[in-house]
Amino acid sequence: MEAMLDIDGLAGLIDALKRDGYDVLGPTVRGGAIVYDHLSGIDALPQGWRDEQAPGHYRLHPQPDDPRRFDHTVGPHGWKRFLHPASESQVRVTRSADGVLRFESAPATPAPTALIGARACELAAMAVQDRVLAGAAQPDRAFEARRAALFIIAVQCGRAGGTCFCADMGTGPRAETGYDLALTEILEPGGAIGWHVESGSPRGAAVLSRLGVAAAQPVDRAAAERVWAGTRAQLAVRMPAAGLRELLYRKLEDPHWDSLASRCLACGNCTAVCPTCYCTRVVDAVALDGWIAERTQEWESCFNPEFSHLPGGSVRGGIGARYRQWITHKLASWHDQFGSSGCVGCGRCISWCPVGIDITAEVAALRASTPQDVPERLE
Amino acid sequence: MDSLEQAAAGRPGEGLVPAPWRIAARREEIADGSVFTWSVRPEAGEVPIYRPGQFNMLYAFGVGEVPISISGDGAASGTLMHTLRAVGRVTRAMQNLKEGDAIGVRGPFGTAWPLETARGRDLILVAGGIGLAPLRPVMCHAMRNPEAFRRVFLLIGCRDPQSELFRDDVIAWSRRPHLQVEVTVDRGGPAWRGHVGVVTKRVQRADFDPSDAVAFLCGPEPMMRFAVLALQQRGVSDDRIFVSMERNMQCGIGTCGHCQWGRYLMCRDGPVLRYDEIADIFDVREL
Repeated sequence: MEAMLDIDGLAGLIDALKRDGYDVLGPTVRGGAIVYDHLSGIDALPQGWRDEQAPGHYRLHPQPDDPRRFDHTVGPHGWKRFLHPASESQVRVTRSADGVLRFESAPATPAPTALIGARACELAAMAVQDRVLAGAAQPDRAFEARRAALFIIAVQCGRAGGTCFCADMGTGPRAETGYDLALTEILEPGGAIGWHVESGSPRGAAVLSRLGVAAAQPVDRAAAERVWAGTRAQLAVRMPAAGLRELLYRKLEDPHWDSLASRCLACGNCTAVCPTCYCTRVVDAVALDGWIAERTQEWESCFNPEFSHLPGGSVRGGIGARYRQWITHKLASWHDQFGSSGCVGCGRCISWCPVGIDITAEVAALRASTPQDVPERLE
Repeated sequence: MDSLEQAAAGRPGEGLVPAPWRIAARREEIADGSVFTWSVRPEAGEVPIYRPGQFNMLYAFGVGEVPISISGDGAASGTLMHTLRAVGRVTRAMQNLKEGDAIGVRGPFGTAWPLETARGRDLILVAGGIGLAPLRPVMCHAMRNPEAFRRVFLLIGCRDPQSELFRDDVIAWSRRPHLQVEVTVDRGGPAWRGHVGVVTKRVQRADFDPSDAVAFLCGPEPMMRFAVLALQQRGVSDDRIFVSMERNMQCGIGTCGHCQWGRYLMCRDGPVLRYDEIADIFDVREL
């Protein structure tokens, strides 16, 4: 089902979801960046903001006269901050007077949540985390519950960001699955703004038909298609996916890792902004009275030296080894562990690296470096 | 009851929620108390079925969890054995727990020693330090089932005579004709009459049939590297060598990411892996 929304139609869609009991999350401007947060209504959307991204570079530029609400690309937030939160109670332990321990975990009963503005690469990232967290032999039930409570309104990118490479990763720029509704923002030459909307699920179609908005005409579809094609044509960053897994495995011992060790700060920004990075640690704390202990799951980064802690010291003490772990996991071992790449080509790790390390450039450098002989075996 | 507990229903301690257990007995393996063995008992229900080589996550109230291999069972008394070395924050706290104290247990997790592959063959067990703990259930199996393997060679390397583990067991094992036990130490001291030197030397000299032998290795990585080389030089094929690798296991269910080693999630795909499946990464530093 396809329809056209004007500004009132878009406002009506958000209002309808709120009336249905959904907590509506979407993009908004805060602290000089597009972030994802609870939306009060259509006015909270980032109208007239455009981002500029490059390695180690993110700037928002105001375009006050531009009526577009989705002219930005992805910012530092991913939806994982809602689906796989940075901190979450895992187990609560109560000790009784006779010394018996009782272990409980809080039930996962997430509120129905609507996301507006999810991009193709982000839908792909959710599918990646589905395979990791919900696809485990003992699934993360809290993640599953939050995922099941979602109503997703995707936005088809109208512009390629300066660090995007979704097409090479096979995840975009056009979202084709994984949404209930997909919007394409169309700015007419005369300055009129409208949204072509397409349903991707019976639920989405039902919401759309309740809105009573105009069906899309062939001319609307054609305008949306021009947006999709235009975005694809803009994608300038390239990371050809062919043979990536084999390349990384072949380069486990390569002098190029020393070059990374000299540039990477091991700050973990890339893992924090990556929409698929899922690693967690558990932090233990005891209440002051000494009878209740909490086990809290927190995001963890493989750039933290403690990540690979063993009694004899960290396995990956060097920063080069930690970067190798991260990029090799993303592009190679993720396939073996979870059946897909761990990279969706969103470019966040490039923009938010404080020293501008670019995953696509590092892969190109590894491709170019001459094959090294594997060091001789111990004798 | 919540969803995580429901997921664990039927088998206590699965998922991320520990089950309440208790320390039924405690004994010191090394005189200074730095290595000790617990016999632990569930507060309710049966001891879960485990396979030699697997591990449990043990929880100390308010302090945290550690992965500890199962070092044996007291089937009659409904307990499992865990041998711990007090080396980090959690294990040092556990060192201070007493008999009767409550703990949490999740598991068992991970892959096991392939006893079926070794059936009817010569079995070589190479243990370094506390690496003997996950091999102990294999020796218990060999004691109870003398026909299971042709001969068993247990080659133990430890720092010095004082740090020898399971001394009573080692004496009992040595008395069985189908079990050959050799202990070698790095530093002997005046009273030591046994072997001195690396355990690799015992691998070179043990009287097994390389064409029909299976080897299980557990110990520090350098020790295992040299033990693999010694076994290869004797003619044991790569697909008959199994190593137990230590990595930072935290969740036990493959979702926290810490225990990665190349393409493997070691809590799920390990800790026991066949050497020919890891030969390409075994020597890569800091992987």
